[in-house]
Amino acid sequence: MKNLILSAAALALTAGMAVAQDKTIRMGTEGAYPPYNFINDAGEVDGFERELGDELCKRAELTCEWVKNDWDSIIPNLVSGNYDVILAGMSITDERDQVIDFTQNYYPPTASAYAAASDGVDVIAGVVAAQTGTIQAGHVAESGATLVEFATPEETVAAVRNGEADAVFADKDYLVPLVEESGGELMFVGDEVPLGGGIGMGLRESDSELKAKFDAAITSMKEDGTLNTMLKKWFGEDTTTY
Amino acid sequence: MFSYCSDPDTLGTAAWFSCYLTTGVHMSFYLAFLKVLLLLAITAPVALGFGFLGAMAARSRIAPLRWLGKIYIAIVRGVPDIAFFLFFVIALDQAIEYVRHRVLCPDWDQPVRQGSDFVVCQAAKMPLGNAPQYIHEAYGFFLAVFTFAIVFGAFAANVLYGGMRAVPNAQLETAEAYGMTHRQTFWRILVPQMWVFALPGLSNLWMVLIKATPLLFLLGIEDVVYWARELGGTKTSKFTDYPHGDWRMWYFLFLLIFYLGFTRISELVLERLMKRLTRGQATAGGEAQRKAAA
Repeated sequence: MKNLILSAAALALTAGMAVAQDKTIRMGTEGAYPPYNFINDAGEVDGFERELGDELCKRAELTCEWVKNDWDSIIPNLVSGNYDVILAGMSITDERDQVIDFTQNYYPPTASAYAAASDGVDVIAGVVAAQTGTIQAGHVAESGATLVEFATPEETVAAVRNGEADAVFADKDYLVPLVEESGGELMFVGDEVPLGGGIGMGLRESDSELKAKFDAAITSMKEDGTLNTMLKKWFGEDTTTY
Repeated sequence: MFSYCSDPDTLGTAAWFSCYLTTGVHMSFYLAFLKVLLLLAITAPVALGFGFLGAMAARSRIAPLRWLGKIYIAIVRGVPDIAFFLFFVIALDQAIEYVRHRVLCPDWDQPVRQGSDFVVCQAAKMPLGNAPQYIHEAYGFFLAVFTFAIVFGAFAANVLYGGMRAVPNAQLETAEAYGMTHRQTFWRILVPQMWVFALPGLSNLWMVLIKATPLLFLLGIEDVVYWARELGGTKTSKFTDYPHGDWRMWYFLFLLIFYLGFTRISELVLERLMKRLTRGQATAGGEAQRKAAA
């Protein structure tokens, strides 16, 4: 007990001493959605958004730090101030825009796709897996298919592999490596569906100054073509660019 | 980790696993086990402390103190653990920041709640926004330990309260007859004898506490469950040198063995402790020990 009080006091003291000179921007991500963001073998956040985010911070002259957070609570924790920005493959939608703000998109409107274990699966009448709180989950619910939701992208794909769902509906870029390496076990079925207004950085609505800085940085990356190079590196030569 | 790990594709099974199991992410996984043990090592004594204070308050002769103890026990025991965890940690965090905001930034003119945003000045952030990540993690960890301690403290309070009442009244009457004060009776007669009555309940609590540690995952702490799920998930060769299929089952099996082993060791230790506490007590167990010795 005494030790706890002591260490708590020490913690408060060190936190108090390092009074803010300039602010560190904390960047929240999920770390489970390759190629957008994932944890690499060394245990660090890696992926398209890591590279992009670091470059944006450099251009906006900000010190940034990466924080992992579950997808489920990624918006509530932004709003309550645990971190300042979300870069987690989050599509810009009206529903989300009511709670948080988005920068302009740094990834063009995405195609979502169905992947299934066999050809000829009816994605309108069957059981379709999607991650909770994504635009894909919303789309499946409206399409008339039976929606089963999972907390992580990994579980949605596992549900197809073990037969719990007929198909999984997710960003095509997430599914491509999985389908390619499944050795024919998984395949794309049905049509691709364009969803959402592209992927943007999520910020608190009260943080308009920070939003302007990142907007400017994204614009400069779009103009000099570095964003396109980055998109091609992570999503292949055929990906849509600006 | 090892020099031959630079090109894992060419390795045999044993060498491949020796590389795979020593990657940076796996180190985080092993560290998470230490986190769990640290949580237990801190939570158990703190919860016992809360429990002792709660039990003392609940049997106090001062009415408001007694109410306080009983209300603490009743409320925390009556609310589902998970609900309490999710509510309390967020509420505590925001309360701390709100108080710091009021104290440190008196000139701030904007409201703290702007729609759904919770906005406090930079200096009031806990921990500060520019603090290194490990401070943030340590802070989150201590919030979690505190919450665990409050929850399990309430249960411990009830157990200890029962233990105190189970001490034979004749013992207390004798103490009074010897002229001991109320305080002396409590510390010299009641407390030393109550443990043997409280231990079965406390050992139950310890077991439940061990099994409740995966709740850390709910509080956003990267514990063993988080890493088992993360590491076990399908990995494709584009993003890792060690691609594999869905191995979550094996990781969770490992967790199962870990917890089973840990609770088994606890059982053995608690059994020995019970024997030690029974010695010389006026209980059936103590009587049996005396007969065996004679």
